[in-house]
Amino acid sequence: MNHALASRHSWFEASARTRLAGLLDAGSFREILPPAESQPSPHLAQLDLPGAFDDGVIVGGGRLSGQSVLVAAQEGQFMGGAVGEIHGAKIVGLLRRAVKEKPAAVLFLIDSGGVRLHEANAGLIAISEIMRAVLEARAAGVPVIALVGGSCGAFGGMGIVAKLCSAILMSEEGRLALSGPEVIETVAGVEEFDAKDRALVWRVTGGKHRYLMGDCAALLEDDIAAFRNGAAEFLAAWHEPEPGLACLRARQSVLEKRLAAYASYRDGLQVWAALGIAQPETVPMLDRDSLVALKEGLPT
Amino acid sequence: MNAPLPREWDTLRQSRARRLERAASLGCGREIPTDRIIDLLEAVIQPGDRVCLEGNNQKQADFLAESLADCDPARLHHLSMVQSVLALPSHVDLFERGLANRLDFSFSGPQGARLAKLVQEQRIEIGAIHTYLELFGRYFLDLTPNVALIAAQAADADGNLYLGPNTEDTPAIVEATAFKGGIVIAQVNERLDKLPRVDVPADWVDFTVKAPRPNYIEPLFTRDPAQITEVQVLMAMMAIKGIYAEYGVTRLNHGIGFDTAAIELLLPTYAADLGLKGKICTHWALNPHPTLIPAIESGFVQSVHCFGSEVGMDNYVAARSDVFFTGADGSMRSNRAFSQTAGLYACDMFIGSTLQMDMAGNSSTATLGRITGFGGAPNMGSDPHGRRHASPAWLKAGREAYGPNATRGRKLVVQMVETFREHMAPVFVEELDAWKLQKSMGAELPPIMIYGDDVSHIVTEEGIANLLLCRTPEEREQAIRGVAGFTPVGMARDKAMVENLRDRGIVRRPEDLGIDPRLASRDLLAARSVKDLVRWSGGLYAPPSRFRNW
Amino acid sequence: METLDFRFTSTPAPRASDPALCGVVGSGNLEILVQPGAEPATCVLTIKTSARGFGDTWRAVLGDFAASHPAGGTVIAINDMGATPAVVTLRLAQALAEYRGGAQ
Repeated sequence: MNHALASRHSWFEASARTRLAGLLDAGSFREILPPAESQPSPHLAQLDLPGAFDDGVIVGGGRLSGQSVLVAAQEGQFMGGAVGEIHGAKIVGLLRRAVKEKPAAVLFLIDSGGVRLHEANAGLIAISEIMRAVLEARAAGVPVIALVGGSCGAFGGMGIVAKLCSAILMSEEGRLALSGPEVIETVAGVEEFDAKDRALVWRVTGGKHRYLMGDCAALLEDDIAAFRNGAAEFLAAWHEPEPGLACLRARQSVLEKRLAAYASYRDGLQVWAALGIAQPETVPMLDRDSLVALKEGLPT
Repeated sequence: MNAPLPREWDTLRQSRARRLERAASLGCGREIPTDRIIDLLEAVIQPGDRVCLEGNNQKQADFLAESLADCDPARLHHLSMVQSVLALPSHVDLFERGLANRLDFSFSGPQGARLAKLVQEQRIEIGAIHTYLELFGRYFLDLTPNVALIAAQAADADGNLYLGPNTEDTPAIVEATAFKGGIVIAQVNERLDKLPRVDVPADWVDFTVKAPRPNYIEPLFTRDPAQITEVQVLMAMMAIKGIYAEYGVTRLNHGIGFDTAAIELLLPTYAADLGLKGKICTHWALNPHPTLIPAIESGFVQSVHCFGSEVGMDNYVAARSDVFFTGADGSMRSNRAFSQTAGLYACDMFIGSTLQMDMAGNSSTATLGRITGFGGAPNMGSDPHGRRHASPAWLKAGREAYGPNATRGRKLVVQMVETFREHMAPVFVEELDAWKLQKSMGAELPPIMIYGDDVSHIVTEEGIANLLLCRTPEEREQAIRGVAGFTPVGMARDKAMVENLRDRGIVRRPEDLGIDPRLASRDLLAARSVKDLVRWSGGLYAPPSRFRNW
Repeated sequence: METLDFRFTSTPAPRASDPALCGVVGSGNLEILVQPGAEPATCVLTIKTSARGFGDTWRAVLGDFAASHPAGGTVIAINDMGATPAVVTLRLAQALAEYRGGAQ
């Protein structure tokens, strides 16, 4: 077990390029607009900040277990994975290509705090274009699968984008929410939310909580191979449903019930207790398999 | 012949009796109610007293410190404080509020800037800045406390104390005070009918008070593996292959930085692959570093004696009693004085980091406007001339330093630094900031942490300098410049002389050690996150929430 | 931000078919893009760095790299977010090895 621990390749730690290399079939990745052909952000240059050759996102095509897929991978270490104009345009272009090419899926490796504030309106527009493009790809029958397990999680506009995807696959280390912890603390005060209490942050936004709440389709180990296997297994079993109003209404009703049941709680611990977990305080230390077993044993 | 003048020989005992009488008049007995503590302090402490306030690296007598600071300066003044660590705001409040005016200490850490300001305003007189062992030593010579204010985990009805895993300085303080007519007051987290074990017997303790909240403990020794860089991995590889393996270092102390945490995490991987398990790093004087867990679980480590404990490590330590020192109750027993002695005399190597180093190898963590002090590094990072017993590492180092007919060995004192710190501040400098600090503070000596003549090796990303093999001051200087990278002093090296030192094995590059820097990857770390450490520990390690991302 | 340009003579590197990229533009880190250049015995470098005023240090680090590695015939572009010379040296070695690994 400990040897395995020493030889794991953490998804959380890896760069976007390393994640892609481990996710796709070996040697199958073909990058669209590779660094040597890409333009760094003109907005960052105007602000006297160094850009990145790929503007923080890598797009291209490859194979996952032999199936043809398109991929977009955000680099969380560059400006928190935030979406600027070029960054957003690359993702939108990829999703539109998916409508035409009809790959088996678009794999969206999200690692982002949301809009790149330096690019203001251009970034906001880019996010809304991504949202529309995700829905268009899905409407064309192409599943868009969000993989969330990076250090920046999926926050702000990218939290919404993640929820618009066909499904979210997440590791325990991944986080998913709308407003980031620091934003909540800044706006509403430390009494409302202590962003420095990392354990609390994960109890409220982290992968385990999202999995227990049904916000993500699968909980994966923080391991590149686990993401590869998890994505392949999920895709093999998934059929992108036809969009329809009934489905949206059902989803809305679930959310209303959830709001009524949990809105007054302050901490994941309280929610887990309400879900029927006998010892909620043990949840943060459970390994992935035990947590999945725990969820399967819960009353529905 | 004149008859000798009559002299009283028990004034300390008489003074103690008067203090105890005043305390008795409070009518509380020996278990002081929390809200009467200021009355007690004002009753037993007198103006001009020497007061020891227990402030350790981790455990703090914080309630007693705040209570003393709240005493009336008209009643208590001109106190002379002795304490190893000045860590809490209340420690400095004592001087700002006019209760105390003199200080003898070791380490000030976060209060360094406030302390410097008070010294410049001449509102505080610093007796001296000590190493821990020096200060403990002086408790038994010329700095014996009149009153000691200490922290314990629990007291029983008789006043016996249980110290918990953070024993730290308490035995040294109590021994010096209780047996020289002093008064010992302990704040306790809880009162128990039966203690898990007795660490301080009741007749060494005069009063106990239950603190309104458990004493503060700082998680000082937790380093998140996620923050270890590739450059630190590279330096750790060089240290293991070029120093640990070559000298066969089995008994050692590590500093608390990320550089040495990287070494700890490379033991089960890189060092094991080099076949070094059982040959290096078997016996330690070290706090229970969470980053040592993988090496312990891999069977590298036979024994660890600790200065104090570490937050979250209690259950792990208790479950590994073959490795750690534990009481009959199963919980850890630490002791700073004994562990420092082990670090000074029984260790073959000290390795740590620093903020600045000059061309003579002197190193300092002092920066302008802050008086931070020393702690334990200068004791462990010095070659003890009184040592007699031999070991292979000590003998090899001695022969390198003094020649084949050496009459003594030599401790390995290794400084491990990246040539630039954050914000491109060079570590290697022509003159330490410590000299400017000395002038601005009017101190007698510059605050040098490790003396250059004690340093045996310097490890940087550029290579290892073996100062033991240098035969002239010029060679030493060029050996240091030769590993100082692209800092101004590194670029001012005599290139021909450095190449000559390299030919003689005094300066060694990664390639000279058979190390390809491109292979220095975080993948070599046995644990890359705090969660990995928890898994290595089988769930026994419970990290504080600020170190968790789950 | 500061843009720095350097040229150093260097032993020719085998010409690779593909550019190589190493590193990420994150705090204390940098990305290095190595591409084939027109002059076989020259290494041409352009650096965009967030830290101003370290031109002499860059010149020393890159000059040392060009002198100790076969980097001739390359054009190297760097985006830097305050990497120390130790990190720059390590990344340059990694990037050049990756570039040469692509050489046929």
